Amino acid sequence: MIQVAIDRAENDVLLIRLAGQWELRHGLASTDAVESELNQKRRPSRIAFDTRELGRWDTSILVFLAAVVDACRERGVVLDSTGLPAGLHNLLGLAEAVREPAGARKELRESGFLERIGDHSLGLIAAVEETLSFIGNMSVACVQFVRMRARYRASDLFLLIQRCGVEALPIVTLISFLVGVILAFISAVQLRQFGAQLYVADLVGVAMTREMGALMSAILMAGRTGAAFAAELGTMKVTQELDAFTTAGFSIVEYLVLPRVLALVLMMPLLCLYADFVGVLGGAVIGVGMLDLSWTTYVQETARAVRLGDTAGGLFKSAVYGGLIATAGCWRGLQSGSSASDVGRSATSAVVTSMIVVVAACGVFAFLFYELGL
Amino acid sequence: MATADGATPYISVRDLTMAYGSHVLMRDMTFSVNQGDVFVIMGASGSGKSTLLRHLIGLNQPAHGSVYYRAENFTSADPSQRERILRNVGILFQGGALWSAMTLSENVGLLLEEYTDLTPAQIRQVAALKLALVGLRGFEDYYPSEISGGMQKRAGLARAMALDPDILFFDEPSAGLDPISARRLDELILQLRDSLGITAVVVSHDLASIFAIGTNSVYLDVSSQAITASGPPAELLARTEDSILRSFLTRGGNP
Repeated sequence: MIQVAIDRAENDVLLIRLAGQWELRHGLASTDAVESELNQKRRPSRIAFDTRELGRWDTSILVFLAAVVDACRERGVVLDSTGLPAGLHNLLGLAEAVREPAGARKELRESGFLERIGDHSLGLIAAVEETLSFIGNMSVACVQFVRMRARYRASDLFLLIQRCGVEALPIVTLISFLVGVILAFISAVQLRQFGAQLYVADLVGVAMTREMGALMSAILMAGRTGAAFAAELGTMKVTQELDAFTTAGFSIVEYLVLPRVLALVLMMPLLCLYADFVGVLGGAVIGVGMLDLSWTTYVQETARAVRLGDTAGGLFKSAVYGGLIATAGCWRGLQSGSSASDVGRSATSAVVTSMIVVVAACGVFAFLFYELGL
Repeated sequence: MATADGATPYISVRDLTMAYGSHVLMRDMTFSVNQGDVFVIMGASGSGKSTLLRHLIGLNQPAHGSVYYRAENFTSADPSQRERILRNVGILFQGGALWSAMTLSENVGLLLEEYTDLTPAQIRQVAALKLALVGLRGFEDYYPSEISGGMQKRAGLARAMALDPDILFFDEPSAGLDPISARRLDELILQLRDSLGITAVVVSHDLASIFAIGTNSVYLDVSSQAITASGPPAELLARTEDSILRSFLTRGGNP
């Protein structure tokens, strides 16, 4: 065990006897006794050590000694470390060798209420500026693209198209089938009471093509692809890959963001059309299995109810959602800080931002379509 | 902390063959690291120095052969045995590998929190001391992203030393450091060896550092996929007949 004894045989010298096993698992020794001795009126002018009975030691003794050294320095007491084992003497020297640089220590203080409001407002202004500048860059890149002058690698674009198109099919299948089934089931229970179960087909068809296909695939892609874009670009920022692109003369927005937005804008309508189809299929399974409609009836009823305009509107919306999701994902990725948790945070905020803009866009579309009588 | 007592092999490597899939990097390596050594693993870029280090600390599994810590077979040890062996091992990764979401104090303190019974205040005290040992007094509350690469490396060393390990592994300690910082790190390694009796295994191709601190070494040769030389670096330079090794040890001069 740790043993500390204080001996003030000569009035002037405080002798600290260190003995026993000093190991971290036994805990740390307190320096209170030494400090109280140093705080006495007739304080010693010198501290010496006796370590003849010291056994094994590790960091714990060093922590004790460093605290004694600090206490001595504060009070101008001389510390005589010759009584310490050579290794300990050296380590103590090492720990004390580098002075704390002036102003290095961080001040931890509470900021006032007004200060926090101010900080927040300034942050908000900076965020708006950043957003505007990103939108500006995006617009320039789009103009460049339309003029066929945008610089990006076609192979990147095809890879991205594959990643956010074909590879998303399984999850889109699962979710939109489920949505179709749920819609059909809920409406079947209600409509059967009026003997109007045939209209389940109308309901599922119209709901899927007008809204649900686009919305469900948008939510899926926000979680699946928007977050991936943010994580990818965020990591590229951490590893300075973005800096390498910038200094090589590439526009990040043109080279990295544009192909991602393009890929998702191209793929979302296809995914949406596919989701519409699978959703109707899910409805048909309920219609045939539970309501005893025949496949032919169900399909005919769906074809009668769904207008081309509904489907086209849904596809148009999904293209817009795709653009918004990809833009939000990339933007959040580019904003990422430089640590692992910052990348995680930017992926999270990519999904949240995507959802918000998709829902906002959904509302705008509902209003417009209603006003335009579509 | 144990005292250095001459030539007890701390780590013995027997017939170790390293491979990625079917691509063999090095075959049939046999060597031992003695207690109190500063053991240097030398070799050209791509020779598998860092991979060998990963094998020694169990991050990679050998294709053939085994690694012994004292008398225990580390390669075939079960997870709890491995954990016990690794408790006495500290590792300084090439870029420091500090946990970016934690302050320096928390980086060092996490291990203490997990493996000792110290109170939070005591942990902070120990962490501050470890950081002071590597010259980072006053930087306890900084995040890794707020300090320079050299400081990150030193903080990584403080973390590696958190639990007072018997053996420290260094992956390219001088990579990315200016000559003076690199030399200070070398001196720190020697001081730790002298005062705490720590054994060090250093992966390096920095000649100045190899000659300054190495007490024993192995040279991994790319073309023959084997260890072609071993011994104290200065001695190797004096007596080697191997033109590749001579060229390596003299930066391509003195053929």
